[in-house]
Amino acid sequence: MRQKLIQAIVDMKEAEALALVNEMLNNGIKAMDVLSAVKEAMDIVGKKYEEGSFFLPELILAGEILNQISQLVKTNMRDAVKTDRHGKVLIGTVKGDIHDIGKDIVTFMLDVNGFDVMDLGVDVAPEKFIQAIKDFQPKVVGLSGFLTLAFDAMKDLIAEIDKAGLRDKVKIMIGGGQMDEQVKEYTGADAYGKDAMSAVRFAKSWIGG
Amino acid sequence: MDSKQITDAMFEKILSPKDPQGNDLAFISPEAKKQYQDNVTRFKNTIEFKKTDRVPVTVFPSMFPLAHAGITVQEAMYDYDKCVSACRKFVLEFQPDCQFGAAAPGPGKFYEILDYKLYAWPGHGVEADHSYQCLESEYMKPEEYDLLITDPSFYFRNFYLPRVFGAMGGFQMLPPLTGTLEMYGLAYNYIPYGLPPVQQTFKALFDAGAEALKWAGAMGAFDGEMAASGYPNILGGFTKAPFDTIGDTLRGTRGIMLDMFRRPEKLIQALEAMTPIMINMGISAARQTGNPLIFIPLHKGADGFLSDEQFKKFYWPTLKQVILGLIEAGCIPFPVAEGGYNTRLEVIKDLPAGRTLWMFDQTDIIKAKEILKDRICILGNVPSAMLQLGTVEDVKDYVKKLIDNVGKGGGFILSNGAFFDKAKAENVKAMVDFTKEYGVY
Ligand code: B12
Repeated sequence: MRQKLIQAIVDMKEAEALALVNEMLNNGIKAMDVLSAVKEAMDIVGKKYEEGSFFLPELILAGEILNQISQLVKTNMRDAVKTDRHGKVLIGTVKGDIHDIGKDIVTFMLDVNGFDVMDLGVDVAPEKFIQAIKDFQPKVVGLSGFLTLAFDAMKDLIAEIDKAGLRDKVKIMIGGGQMDEQVKEYTGADAYGKDAMSAVRFAKSWIGG
Repeated sequence: MDSKQITDAMFEKILSPKDPQGNDLAFISPEAKKQYQDNVTRFKNTIEFKKTDRVPVTVFPSMFPLAHAGITVQEAMYDYDKCVSACRKFVLEFQPDCQFGAAAPGPGKFYEILDYKLYAWPGHGVEADHSYQCLESEYMKPEEYDLLITDPSFYFRNFYLPRVFGAMGGFQMLPPLTGTLEMYGLAYNYIPYGLPPVQQTFKALFDAGAEALKWAGAMGAFDGEMAASGYPNILGGFTKAPFDTIGDTLRGTRGIMLDMFRRPEKLIQALEAMTPIMINMGISAARQTGNPLIFIPLHKGADGFLSDEQFKKFYWPTLKQVILGLIEAGCIPFPVAEGGYNTRLEVIKDLPAGRTLWMFDQTDIIKAKEILKDRICILGNVPSAMLQLGTVEDVKDYVKKLIDNVGKGGGFILSNGAFFDKAKAENVKAMVDFTKEYGVY
């Protein structure tokens, strides 16, 4: 049944996947075991996205399936399969910008790839980022921005992080709509990523896992 | 007249423009008149792959003209004269062959009267010097597909509009217009118009209409003034790919992408229901303005958004119908491939030759030229980041590369790739001036 569940998720058969989870729970299979199968399925989804056979619709549906299963088993994957978290990533959309779809997908991909992600939301002020770096102590900070106005917001934020004496504690990656390598240079970030998989690749190369 | 003759006739009229009184437009000088006519002809011939004197160049910004003139987006949205002065400075200083009007900031007071909730704008959720931003949500619920499919206009008026405009709540009470059939029972249909919430909605619409008219006056006067100075605006109107109509502001990105799995048949039916409406939207705008170019910003069919298969199943069929429907009516569809379109070039290449203009941003435009050959005129694509952060040399090198590789044999218009808010003025200037110098055939 475990294999069937994995297959149903990977084939994007939502109703079938949920029915299988219910059946597994009725048969006394533990939430943790259900979620470990789901985790395996999410890894495959991530790989398919990376290979270019899955696109945004599959990621969005996979996220939705994951949420629904978490509700069914009344616990989330993060708590259940805690052991193999690689490290912490802080993410948010920079000040002045209120877009979240891109950031949410990056968060989802980091999460299913085993990172402990804290998402600050959109239009995040520099003070909030800095406080979160102090409290949450991430190794990686991901900045998302949709509009060209985010170039300056990112540059200012990174300067603030530097001023707070935190710049060498974190690696910073940027991404979203109009960003590119030139913007990376301008803002003083460590890397620019064009999609959610590159965020995962950077996090892996900096944190391991 | 066949469709191509309609296009030609529209251009004939554009070449001898009128003022609002219907008299021949008074150009500021004979040179301005010649420049105007040359610019229009160069654009037309380029789109049709005919010989021209040089590569045309244009600039299609978002909020850049405002920042460049030292005013905020907020000022431009609330003071139409300020908006127009900023755009005037922009056109006269950078001197693109064609200009795209002063309408991007839009009328702030109009949005206030209607209590527009779909966007945050300066003073209403974003800072004074920032562009407005869309508030993503499911404005159409998944169970409402049948309502949309059966009667899109009724659905828009009674369900969608009241959700995105606080002042349109009264519309929820109105019966369908198609209930008006014969004398018997007629008055029942009109009872709601006597009720206070409906009357309030209409009152707001009258006020909003008056404000829109005031704004449109300023916009029209600007285009007239620019034409008289030698800078035509041939933009005729705007429409969307049906997939984006539903995916941007009705169901939203998440909503439409889930629908592709959960209710694909309904989604396709809805896309088909929207198609004639999207075609007519473009055609009627072109009839009104007399301009053939119909702007179609393309959103959710870009590289990375959908697989090839999904693109061919959900996105392209109805967009293709919209494009063909517009061509049929003599319009020139102007799809703007936002993001990257590298994986879609093979699909779009079979459109009628010389009848469309495609703007590219992050698409490999040299490869696009190889694939689209002498069928599809390309416009683009100096990157936003280069305009804002690069040097004049970077821009010139890039322009040179474009002209050498994409400009060969015509069918290419040089421009920016995305609608930018900020840039170094010298970079924008270099983009235009260097094209005029280096782009001579
Ligand atoms: C869809 C869209 C809209 C929709 C948005 C709402 C909706 N429901 O979808 C609508 C139609 C309302 C809209 C409106 C406007 N838009 Co718009 N829009 C787009 C479009 C086509 C796609 C954006 C999108 O949904 N992306 C989907 C997400 C998933 O992508 P993403 O955010 O880039 O994230 C991915 C990667 O970048 C990366 N990533 C993201 N964050 C991070 C972080 C890290 C650390 C890493 C490593 C990676 C990473 O991973 C994600 C997944 O792969 C873009 C063009 C484009 N293709 O980018 C223009 C675009 C953003 N819009 C633009 C403009 C100008 C506007 C308007 C001002 C137009 C107008 N005059 O009305 C308005 C208002 C501004 C706004 N956006 O709200 C410009 C912005 C240019 C600028 N000045 O900055 C763009 C770039 C188009 C263009 N070519 O000019 N828009």
